[in-house]
Parts: sequence; structure tokens; C-alpha cells
Amino acid sequence: MEPILRVEHLTHTYGSGTPFERSAVQDLSFQVEAGEFLGVIGHTGSGKSTLIQHLNGLLRPTSGHIYLDGTDIWAKPKEIRQVRFQVGLVFQYPEYQLFEETVYRDIAFGPTNMGLTPEQVDRAVREAAAFAGLSEELLDKSPFELSGGQKRRVAIAGVIAMDPKVLILDEPTAGLDPEGRERLLANIRAYHQAKGNTILLVSHSMDEIARNVDRILVLKDAHVLMSGTPREVFARAEELESAGLDVPQVTRIARALRDRGLAIDPAVYTTEELTAALLALKKGGSAVC
Amino acid sequence: MLQTEQLEYAYPAEEGKTPRLALGGVDLNIEKGSFVVVLGHNGSGKSTLAKHFNAVLLPTGGKVWVEGMDTADEALLLEIRRRVGMVFQNPDNQIVANVVEEDVAFAPENLGVPPEEIRRRVDEALAVVGMEKFVRHAPHLLSGGQKQRVAIAGVIAMEPECIVLDEATAMLDPMGREEVLSTAHRLNREKGITVILITHHMNEAEEADRVIVMNDGQVAMDGSPQEVFCQVEKLRALGLTVPDTVELLYELRQSGWDVPLDALTVEACADAVAAAMK
Repeated sequence: MEPILRVEHLTHTYGSGTPFERSAVQDLSFQVEAGEFLGVIGHTGSGKSTLIQHLNGLLRPTSGHIYLDGTDIWAKPKEIRQVRFQVGLVFQYPEYQLFEETVYRDIAFGPTNMGLTPEQVDRAVREAAAFAGLSEELLDKSPFELSGGQKRRVAIAGVIAMDPKVLILDEPTAGLDPEGRERLLANIRAYHQAKGNTILLVSHSMDEIARNVDRILVLKDAHVLMSGTPREVFARAEELESAGLDVPQVTRIARALRDRGLAIDPAVYTTEELTAALLALKKGGSAVC
Repeated sequence: MLQTEQLEYAYPAEEGKTPRLALGGVDLNIEKGSFVVVLGHNGSGKSTLAKHFNAVLLPTGGKVWVEGMDTADEALLLEIRRRVGMVFQNPDNQIVANVVEEDVAFAPENLGVPPEEIRRRVDEALAVVGMEKFVRHAPHLLSGGQKQRVAIAGVIAMEPECIVLDEATAMLDPMGREEVLSTAHRLNREKGITVILITHHMNEAEEADRVIVMNDGQVAMDGSPQEVFCQVEKLRALGLTVPDTVELLYELRQSGWDVPLDALTVEACADAVAAAMK
């Protein structure tokens, strides 16, 4: 089956021909399967933001190609707007981008521009609001009366309302407290399950990525450093750390236990797994390897 | 260094509504030279509390003293701000100049410090935060962590006795967070500056002298990191998580293991688990 997104030899150079010339992404190739929940991680300056702005055509590659459902998105540059309806991008701190008089109208902006009928728009708005965890009575309020966390949900609902094939979330939980983070991620997981569409989650937090995604793409210095399931990626903890990335605390505990002679898989990344592994180890009696 | 007595604060209410108390009677005494982390979920009052420490906000009830000076006394405002410096969340909102050294010099210039003394302070402050190589750089080209360190240097150049970091790490990536955190610890250790760090990243509290947990405008917990983090159920009830180290030890204890709950760091936790294995 054709992957939903295929990136081939993507290079983007800023300030071409000036002394500040710099490639933010360099010869990047990877693909995303339809329905996949992919985590994208990399520290500041690794090329994450430049990459995701290419996926919905906000930036045009200096060289290389991006295929959406098998079609090069720049094959017909005049129709790039269609790509933006299909690949929804929620920026960092999107709550600063709300502009309408009511929450309802803000969420309705995208689907209205897509040319849906008022009935279809209404259905899209209500469904998106529910997915984003916004209650019905908030729809008539001004976005500016809402809390920061609610505003962010409005911004996310505005993108979900376009029913994109691919939803890209850039640091959706930045600045939220632990409970707020977990609640928002639970909403995103439920949306993914209900819709079965493709999600790209960009985050600084390895813990957050590890607990939510099927596969992780790690970027470093404009290149793909590695990609694989969370388990495969965390098995290479030293490489991650040398790329300036966090390794989940549980993985670091597992490694420290291994250093102390315990036969623990160093790639575990949840406390549940590590607890189970330790209990099994003690029961088995062969604690030291 | 800092003292509050029955501190209350209500944000101005909309017409016809009763004002909500963001702080409802806080009594605190913060020792000179200590490193204090204040935790709490959004809306718990932690940032409101922080803004009282250098008179950005004034109490609507009760008192705040900075080294014995009442923050409500307008005549003392400059003296108070000189002693307690503040670094805020968004690095882009607190840079005022086009060149790093000018930004750091901004506060001492306003305090009327002589030029040669300013030069010394700026160089020293940038060295302390490890940004001396960027003296003549443009701030907007720096990373988030670097910008925050410049903001901290700007505060250090006032030679304060206390620095309040109000969620100063919230918008940074792990590397930037680590840069800011280790800078704060170094200032505390080497210069004896009192540090108050407001955050919702639990692991930033691991090495603090004292952890204060705010909830609903009140102090809900107060003690050493070990004392606070071993109260797993209470923290969860307050909408906070515990570090994974403590969570692991907690789960193992639930299964009948004899492990302590206060092994906060990865190494201490691994030691405790390995010991229980034998």
C-alpha cells in the first residue's frame, strides 16, 4: 500500500547565496503509513519545524519531493491550498492565533473555507469541539474569555474540523501542567482511535512521545538520526543523549540497574514495565546476571 | 530573606462579580541562601506568589517583607527590586536591547551605576551564566536557553540577593532547561544568592533545599524534596505527578518490597532497588 506521506531527499536551505546560508534539513527521506501515530523528536535547531512546514506546503523544498497519497504536493503549485486542507498543522502556542468573535466561528473558519455547506460546517465544528474536549456551552463564548488550555483546544479543534488525513501537532502540550498535558494527550489518542487517521506529534519530551506513539523519528543536525518503535529507539540511549535529547527517566533507571548487575532490559520506558520486570526477576531468583 | 504573613491576593474582578482569591493566607519564611522550588498546577497561585517577592504585585491582604522591608511601602520599591530580581517565562518578552551586553547593562544603567562599574558587572554576569562569548551578539539569534541565560545575566548585573525564576524553563527544550537550571544552582552555590524557582517540572526540584507545593492559593506541602515526593497519593490528589524514580519505588512497595520512597535521583533509586534484590 502507498504510504500516506513519502519524503524523498528533502533539502531546505535558508539564506541561499548569503553568508548565512544554512541547510535546516538535508537529504531527508522517510515515509509515514496511513493511520500511523508518529513521534518526531529532535532538539532546537535539528530541523523539526522546517520539516513539518514542508509537509503541508508552507515551505517549498530547495530540492527533493514530498508525496501525499502518492502525488507530489508541488506537482500543481496552484493547488497547494488543497494540500493544506488535507495535512492539518497545529503550530506551537496556537492559542495566540485565535481571531474570531466566538469559539464556534473560530473552529468554523477552516471548514467554511473548504466550501462545505452550513450544515456540514455545523457538524464538523461540533464533532471537532467534542474531540478537542470542549463542551458545547463554550462554543458561543469569545475565545478571549477562555483559559490558556481551553484556547489551545479551540485552535486544535479548528484544524480537526477540516478532517485532515494527516494531523501534525507541534509541541501541543508545551507550558501545560502535568494534568493538563495528560488530559490533552488522552483527547488526541481518542481522536486517533476514532478516526484512524495519521498523526505526527512533535515534542521535546521523550516521556510524552514514548507513551503515545507507534514509531519515533529522531532528527539531529538536519538529518534523520534514527527511526523505530520506542523500544528500538530507547535501546540506543547513549546515542540519543549525545544528540542532546532526553532519555525517559525510567530508561535511565533501567540502565543504572543493569550497571549494578541486574538482568533488566535497558530499553524499558514505562514504570509499569520496569516494575513488572523487577517483580519477575525477584521471583525467578536469578537476580544477578 | 523573604517573609509573608497571611498574604492574600485577589485579582481585580469583573463588574458585579466577587473577586476570586488567588492567594488565601500564605505564611512563609524563606531563608537567605536557600534554593527553594515552588510547584503547583496551573491556577494554584504559584506565579501570583512569586510576583509578590519583588513587588510586581502588592498584597490585597496581609504583608510581604523583603529583608524586613514592607513591599507595600512605595518609598522602598527601588531597594526591594534591587535585591530581588525576576526572570519570566517567555525569553522573547524580556530582551530590551539589540546587543547582548547592552541588554545586560540595562538595569544597572537605570540604577545609576557608574560606567566602569557597569562594564565590570556586565562582563562578570555574562561569565557567570557562561555567555561571555556572546557579548556583542544580537539576542534574537540566540536559542531559548541562551536568551534566558542573558535575562538571568541582566538580573545578576543588579547584584541581587535573591532571584525568582517564574516558570523560566517552561518554554525551553531539555537542553535549554538544563542550562538555566545549572546556572541557577551555580549562582546559589558560589554566590550565595537565594533562588526561588517556580516550575511544574517535578525533576527540577530534585536538588532543591526545600519544596513548596501550592494548591488553591494555599501552601499544601512544604519540606525537603524527599519529604514532599514520598507523599505520592497526596501529590496525585493535587494534580501533580511524582518523579519516575519515586513512582517505581512506590509500585514496588505496593508489591511488598522493602524499599525507601525517598531515593529521588536515578542513582539513589537504582541503589535502593539493587539492595532490595539481594
